[in-house]
Amino acid sequence: MSKSENIRIPVSQQALIVEKPIDITAIGGTVTIQINEKKVSVPFGTTILDACKENQIHIPTLCHHPDLCIAGVCRICVVEVEGLRTLQTSCSFPVTSPIKIHTSTEKVRKARRHIIDLLLSEHYGECYSCFRNENCELQSLAKEYGVDGYSFGHILEPKYKVDKSSAAVIRDMNKCILCKRCVRTCIDLQEVGVLEAIKRGHDTHVGTFLDKPLADVICINCGQCINRCPTAALRANDPSDEIWNAIDDPKKHVVIQTAPSPRAAIGEEFGIEPGHSFTGELNTALRRIGFDKVFDTNFTADLTIMEEGTELIRRLKKVVVEKDSSVKLPQFTSCSPGWIKFIEHFYPEYLDYLSSAKSPQQMFGAVIKTFYAKESKIDPADIITVALMPCAAKKFECNRPEMNASGFKDVDYGLTTREMAKMIREAGIHLPEMPKSNFDEPFGNASGAGLIFGATGGVMEAALRTVYELVTGREVPFENLRIEPCRGFEGIKQAYIKLDNCVESYNFLEGVELKFIVAHGTANAKKVMEMLQRGELRDVHFVEIMACPGGCLGGGGQPIPTSEEIRRKRAQAIYEEEEGLPVRKSHENVHIKYIYENFLTDGPCGELSHKLLHTHYTKRGKYIS
Amino acid sequence: MLVVEKNNLSYEIERMVKEYGSDRQSLLQILQAIQKKYKHISDFAQQEIARLMNIHPVEVYSVISFYSFLSTEPKGRNIVRLCKTIACDMAGKDAVETAVKRELGISFGETTNDQRISLEYTNCLGMCDEGPAMLINEKVYTHLDPEMAVNILNEIK
Repeated sequence: MSKSENIRIPVSQQALIVEKPIDITAIGGTVTIQINEKKVSVPFGTTILDACKENQIHIPTLCHHPDLCIAGVCRICVVEVEGLRTLQTSCSFPVTSPIKIHTSTEKVRKARRHIIDLLLSEHYGECYSCFRNENCELQSLAKEYGVDGYSFGHILEPKYKVDKSSAAVIRDMNKCILCKRCVRTCIDLQEVGVLEAIKRGHDTHVGTFLDKPLADVICINCGQCINRCPTAALRANDPSDEIWNAIDDPKKHVVIQTAPSPRAAIGEEFGIEPGHSFTGELNTALRRIGFDKVFDTNFTADLTIMEEGTELIRRLKKVVVEKDSSVKLPQFTSCSPGWIKFIEHFYPEYLDYLSSAKSPQQMFGAVIKTFYAKESKIDPADIITVALMPCAAKKFECNRPEMNASGFKDVDYGLTTREMAKMIREAGIHLPEMPKSNFDEPFGNASGAGLIFGATGGVMEAALRTVYELVTGREVPFENLRIEPCRGFEGIKQAYIKLDNCVESYNFLEGVELKFIVAHGTANAKKVMEMLQRGELRDVHFVEIMACPGGCLGGGGQPIPTSEEIRRKRAQAIYEEEEGLPVRKSHENVHIKYIYENFLTDGPCGELSHKLLHTHYTKRGKYIS
Repeated sequence: MLVVEKNNLSYEIERMVKEYGSDRQSLLQILQAIQKKYKHISDFAQQEIARLMNIHPVEVYSVISFYSFLSTEPKGRNIVRLCKTIACDMAGKDAVETAVKRELGISFGETTNDQRISLEYTNCLGMCDEGPAMLINEKVYTHLDPEMAVNILNEIK
């Protein structure tokens, strides 16, 4: 008689007897496990989910996201492990012994169906009136597991008020399934710390500090939570109805500027694989929708380089020649509105380090309502400027009270890639079928330097191409202008470029090693700021920071889903498109030369550009009263 | 809150963080200590704790909102918690409840004007065989009847 028969122990309390690995060196090596009768070898410590993925066995997931840490809260990925009494979440179960796994037994299927059914019972609303219809992970799971009724009932009244306080992000907790992806995004990925699970049990909801409206807390509007939400609980503040009204109004002259990143990603909304640019097609589609002019934000990206580059050289001169200790170096870029709000909240004492140049979006708004209005003889009061951006924070930025240098609201509406795709579909257009066309004059097609603003490191690369050539009279010493140290998805990239044989007017920079740092994601920005606080950045001159992982192409307004692989493909599309452009340096853009000759006649950082193209920042702090 | 009070509170929290440690696992101890002394954890205290422990204020709030014994709103000097679970309910909780409410002139979830007593419900205290049961601060009273409950309430200061 064996021991287990001898003692009467309830099944639930019997010790788990797992076969020991025959070869103890398996630790650190591989383990052979059995998934659905199939023997496979996986590295020690691999999760069951990853092991299955590698062997083409599909396991549904909901709270799991490749960018985020493991949570194991939704339990949709449960599998049966032989010898274990309960079902195990495959996303959080590391393989350490030769276990036998069953991924599709009756028990597993039933459990999954019940889980989805229970989630649906608390999920307010109907799919057909939801903006995430057909792009919802809960919906597709319900379909996958044949959940076609509400066996546990369905709530008919909303439980929470929709938080519409923020200019950028709208939260509807009635649609929330508590997967906590937004919490992990906010706390772990971005380290902003706005969202967390509040209360307990049935009352649990994702909320802010003291359950305040989003506009009153330290949200930086990056919208990364939107990109990772599996349902419709989070969305960007959609101005498309106002834009349609403006288009339908014959008195209004509606112009749109399109940023570099949406082009590389909008195809995904029309079923195209990530990594294809639709610049020309998008231009045609926008004209067919009814926009009077389609401009390229890259034009003001080039303008940003001229302004920010000049500002950098001036700061360098003050430090190197005049030994002025009040000048702050390194200079931080100011293109990313998420990063701006982040520094205003978390490091308000370091605002002097930011470049005073506005972001390309706001520069364009100011230029359109002054220069363009004058050139084309249109009353700026009749112009509506729309900005197609990959970004949720741009919606907040264009509503900042100080952004009215032209005498009007510089940019009327910020539109995300997703909302633009919706407008295009609404107009009955299938984007990939469109013929190609160019951007409108007087700004025309911009330089490649402006285009690469869309990827992390792009601003730095564009700035180096111009600054280096301005100072030394030569092209940057990189093959085909590819400044490789700026590229790639490492969190923080550091490098330097030596300025030698300078032209006469920049003699004072002879021999200076121009050191720069590129960081993306506010978690990395925080690390850079901590380095600055510790005084480790004394010899660094220029820092580029983008609030979103991967830069703008991973922005909070981009198509859902997102992952590092998708972001890499978008970056590749941007860099490929850039190499085919005739002009690849901001200062060689003929339209830039034109605007400095005819409008901003006192040159970069001159009086007029200071009025129109530069801004100031607000010390917000993080204390919430 | 006055500036002086704020400074005192900051100093108090700083001392506690030093005593209990600034790791995440010390958070509950600190919150309990603040709750005990100030009868609630104010917005300011939450943000100070977050600052000194290098975590986000929303995480502190999340923990406070999870536990019934921690509160963000000021409570009375004594907290009376009456068990609302089924065993106590069948043993005559309702009569005790009515008597207590009448005696103090407040309903559950409220605090008396003199800040002496806050009335609350609680889930099972584990005194199902001795119900109805009531928890006053950290002491359990069992086998209650209305008269006895009122007498106990009148004794606390």
